[in-house]
Amino acid sequence: MQTTEILVIGGGPAGLSAALEAASLGADVTVLDSDLKLGGQLIKQTHKFFGSKAEYAGTRGFEIANFLFDEIEKYKTLGKLKVFTNTTATGYYKEDGVVSYMVGEEKYGRIKPQKLVFATGAQERLIPFVNNDMPGVYGAGAIQTLMNVYGIVPGEKVLMIGAGNIGLIVSYQLMQAGIKIAGIVEAMPKIGGYWVHAAKIRRLGVPIYLQHTIKEALGNNVVEGAVIQEVNNCFQPVGDPMEVECDTICLAVGLTPTCELLWSAGCEMKFVPQLCGYVARRDPMMRTSHPDIWVAGDAAGIEEASAAMVEGRIAGLSAVASLNHVSQETFYDRSAEYHQRLENLRAGEVGEKIRSGLSCVCCKQWG
Amino acid sequence: MSIKLIKDHPILDFGHEEKKMVTFTFDNKEMKGFEDDPIAAALHANGIQVYRITPKTERPRGFFCAIGKCSSCFMIVDGVPNVRTCVTPLKAGMKVETQKGRGVLKSEEGEER
Amino acid sequence: MDKLFNSGVLTAERIETVIPPRDLWKTKKNGLVIIECPQRIPCNPCYESCPTGAILPFEDINDTPVVDYTKCIGCGRCVAKCPGLACFVADLTWGAENEALMKLPYEMLPKPEPGDEVVCLDRIGSEVSQGKVINITEPWEDSTMVVHVVVPKDRVMDIRNIKVVKNNAR
Ligand SMILES: Cc1cc2nc3c(=O)[nH]c(=O)nc-3n(C[C@H](O)[C@H](O)[C@H](O)COP(=O)(O)OP(=O)(O)OC[C@H]3O[C@@H](n4cnc5c(N)ncnc54)[C@H](O)[C@@H]3O)c2cc1C
Repeated sequence: MQTTEILVIGGGPAGLSAALEAASLGADVTVLDSDLKLGGQLIKQTHKFFGSKAEYAGTRGFEIANFLFDEIEKYKTLGKLKVFTNTTATGYYKEDGVVSYMVGEEKYGRIKPQKLVFATGAQERLIPFVNNDMPGVYGAGAIQTLMNVYGIVPGEKVLMIGAGNIGLIVSYQLMQAGIKIAGIVEAMPKIGGYWVHAAKIRRLGVPIYLQHTIKEALGNNVVEGAVIQEVNNCFQPVGDPMEVECDTICLAVGLTPTCELLWSAGCEMKFVPQLCGYVARRDPMMRTSHPDIWVAGDAAGIEEASAAMVEGRIAGLSAVASLNHVSQETFYDRSAEYHQRLENLRAGEVGEKIRSGLSCVCCKQWG
Repeated sequence: MSIKLIKDHPILDFGHEEKKMVTFTFDNKEMKGFEDDPIAAALHANGIQVYRITPKTERPRGFFCAIGKCSSCFMIVDGVPNVRTCVTPLKAGMKVETQKGRGVLKSEEGEER
Repeated sequence: MDKLFNSGVLTAERIETVIPPRDLWKTKKNGLVIIECPQRIPCNPCYESCPTGAILPFEDINDTPVVDYTKCIGCGRCVAKCPGLACFVADLTWGAENEALMKLPYEMLPKPEPGDEVVCLDRIGSEVSQGKVINITEPWEDSTMVVHVVVPKDRVMDIRNIKVVKNNAR
């Protein structure tokens, strides 16, 4: 069976950062990613990121991914880092600490790491409406994959559901790809995403229907239209249903952490609405209740790539430190820097929800 | 049928010209797509949106999450059912079929059900 | 009115707060920046990109930008850097009496070219007037264009976008 000092599951910004941190400290690291390409959500982002310079603010998401890839290549040539794509971790066995994985659909393998970082990201949520399973109703991430990674037209005219950052940004990205937006539907009386993201698409003439919801996807086999309706403050439908012309419905109604493997590893889990689902309890170094398992990024609670990268760094640092590869001084210096960066990122009003969520799952120390 | 690609983009360059175009079949119809793109993406570019029919209520399903998590795009590829076509790379000569129901594993073929 | 603001459109009183000081603005060659960033979010590239220190340092990264207009030189570097495309420059000294030059961020296709007649749009994408493109720059070489477009002077607080209409026959 294969072995590795540190196994990172998930090659998005969190996982890659964890791997880079660990490799930079001399550990022998393996990364598995189920996708055909590394980079997770990052490679689908064509817009410039917010945040501060340390997290590459003002740089487009896919370019941030390229910076990470360059670093990864460096450690790969040094022989410190192995990366496997199209490789899905399928199980963690508590008895012996073995991880099983699947290469493509038909090939299976096992690997025994000393320490593990789960950075599996998130998955899309669904909302109930008639025909929500009809082809043409796609998750926002799927639309991004089609158009921004593979350059394929996802549809001619898209109705966006949800005016959080993802709904707003993907609408803008669709327009950049030359695709029409029928409108953006949002159940709340206010957009959930950043105001400036909304302003960008409003000035392109895209309507945002606040306090509206989708009732039904129309069509026989595939989407041929949609019905939306106004809702009141209690989310009850009011007024007349309205038919919208579209051939694609994009759901951007939130993400939820991908945490199946954490459950099977027996990590203590908790449902935290502010972090958008079940997440592992962790100490400030992102170590879960299982002494050999760390968590980072969206898998630890839905946040931003900026925070995911710092969390990855912290998890990588702590995992290597547990192998005694790190001097006390380096450990304290880096740890202090990373925690300061996280604190800055989460300082404002936008970070309020995250802070309150974290207060429910963070413990000072396991023990 | 022509393949629906994004030709001009203000930010991205997809490098479509440098990619290798291969031929595959979908329900015995010949189609073209880029080698190593996900099968589901290649089908979508060919205008195909229905990838399977659910076992109980026989409803059509297509692309949904694109990250190999949701099972919406399961299809039969080269005889293997339940292939996550959104994360399976397209190869020349692949035989891709709409999956009706649960699919039959090779080892089960011929068994009574 | 609130509903409009809540969907990303700057409205009445809030517009007042982003207008540069009139007297300075009227005479400032190359123009002054207008920043429409009313929400506290963790973001500071405008400050980082400003070559003259006109955008004051952020105490907290969540602060909204504050401009020292005496230092602003209308260079448009923040216009191209802001991830929210929330910075615009208006030069009231440019051209004829009733004209002004606006420097607007642009990341769409088709790309405009100098000499193009374009349609100027307001904050909800409605047509305001015609405009003439005289220059296009790409300060950070990162695909965000700054389009220099001549507009009617009395509409600089309405115009926030352009629509490029390519006439193939031309
Ligand atoms: C439209 C949109 C706009 C955004 N804009 C911004 C922004 O402006 N600024 C910002 O900071 N953030 C932004 N984000 C958020 C950011 O992209 C995510 O927070 C970030 O990607 C999370 O990183 P991650 O590494 O935790 O997860 P992901 O990027 O989701 O990566 C997880 C990886 O794990 C892999 N994986 C999952 N399960 C397994 C398994 N079992 N085995 C192997 N591999 C597995 C997946 O294939 C994936 O590659 C945006 C997100 C979206 C969708």
